Amino acid sequence: MPITNSEFPITNSQLLITNQLINYTLHLADNTLILAQQNSEWCGHGPILEQDIAITNISLDLLGQARNFYQYAAELINQSTSQPINLLTSQPATEDTLAYLRDNREFRNCLLVEQENGDWAKTILRQFVFSNYQYLLYEKMQDSKDEALRAIAEKALKEVIYHLKWSSEWVIRLGDGTEESNQRINKAVIELWPYVDELFINAAYESALISNNISVDVASLKNLWMQKTKEIFAEATLGIPENIFAHKGGKQGMHTERLGYILAEMQFLQRAYPNSVW
Amino acid sequence: MTDEIIINEKTVWEILETVTDPEIPVLSIIDLGIVRKIEIYNAVQKPPSGGVGVFITPTYTGCPAMDVIRMNIRMALLENGFTNIDIKTILSPAWTTDWMTEEGKQKLKAYGIASPNSKQQVCTPGLFQEEEAVQCPHCNSYHTQMISRFGSTACKALYKCNDCKEPFDYFKCH
Ligand SMILES: [Zn+2]
Repeated sequence: MPITNSEFPITNSQLLITNQLINYTLHLADNTLILAQQNSEWCGHGPILEQDIAITNISLDLLGQARNFYQYAAELINQSTSQPINLLTSQPATEDTLAYLRDNREFRNCLLVEQENGDWAKTILRQFVFSNYQYLLYEKMQDSKDEALRAIAEKALKEVIYHLKWSSEWVIRLGDGTEESNQRINKAVIELWPYVDELFINAAYESALISNNISVDVASLKNLWMQKTKEIFAEATLGIPENIFAHKGGKQGMHTERLGYILAEMQFLQRAYPNSVW
Repeated sequence: MTDEIIINEKTVWEILETVTDPEIPVLSIIDLGIVRKIEIYNAVQKPPSGGVGVFITPTYTGCPAMDVIRMNIRMALLENGFTNIDIKTILSPAWTTDWMTEEGKQKLKAYGIASPNSKQQVCTPGLFQEEEAVQCPHCNSYHTQMISRFGSTACKALYKCNDCKEPFDYFKCH
């Protein structure tokens, strides 16, 4: 097992900012990678061919975003620390080492994206919750003082608009569809709602970068997110649950059991056959 | 070989005209508008001292064709005697279908793919919108209908023609 250096040492304020920026960038990367990986499980299993293609296209967009964030994180890590991320092999960090050689506790994705795919309704709802959030996030990130994050956000926003439209339309179609589709998406709402709030609670690395205008204050996105959700749910004849206990911790590396299974499948090849390439 | 190669930008643009999109082989990467800039270092070279920098931007972030395109740019330049080649990816400003050349749009249509409407209509989060009129590349009818916003590749949507009944790809606005 590679020994990885996940806690970047803090020695002065510039380094502190860089370390938080690394954590923040990894968080953004992990969110998109894990959701891409999960959605891609629908490949060949979508309800109809066109929608199979749609969800896998969305996966591909998210994977592309993840690659950009990982490449940037790798650049920051290699510049900032005398310790290569992988102490055992002394490899410099790359997008691949960050995706394939970090362990469960080093992933900073929110719990929402690691929730099981479930049925089509649950996958759709998870995508809607996340795309609605990501749309607002990237829109604001276009004003970040960090040039790299700004560029990735500007590029990705155009893709997320398509994801948000597609998932919104499906939420309406299922909610306001047949008795069974309505039942299924209602069940998905109940199952996923405990993982919504975490999106809007700033982790330490998010809070630390707000005053420099590098990160987006996610707490400030919640009202707009709720407004859009209410609008779509009203059309879908769905209710919004209230006073739901919120699970959190994913952004700090405390994950549900499910992430272990996702990583096991995703990382197996690189772990079993180190440095193998396509 | 003692010949000096004079590198100039025009030569490089001409070479890149021969590099095509692996998924839509009728389009060159110039037609697509993904080559943003060319830089020349040490214009008179005896290889490998001089060099060329090619700045490209992806159509979609996750477009798998980009890796192949990068490799094909390198191959084309190598074949033409360039050895010092630097291919850089830039994300901002983000690629838009507006950067596709008119020639590119004509080639797309001849290939059976509807080219992006110049007036972009569905790039906002509004729901259930459709492009006002996407023209069927087979029979030129505007009596067409979107089947799926996501098509065979990230850059295309799936349409069908209500007149000639043929399905077709639409290079969607972005
Ligand atoms: Zn037709």
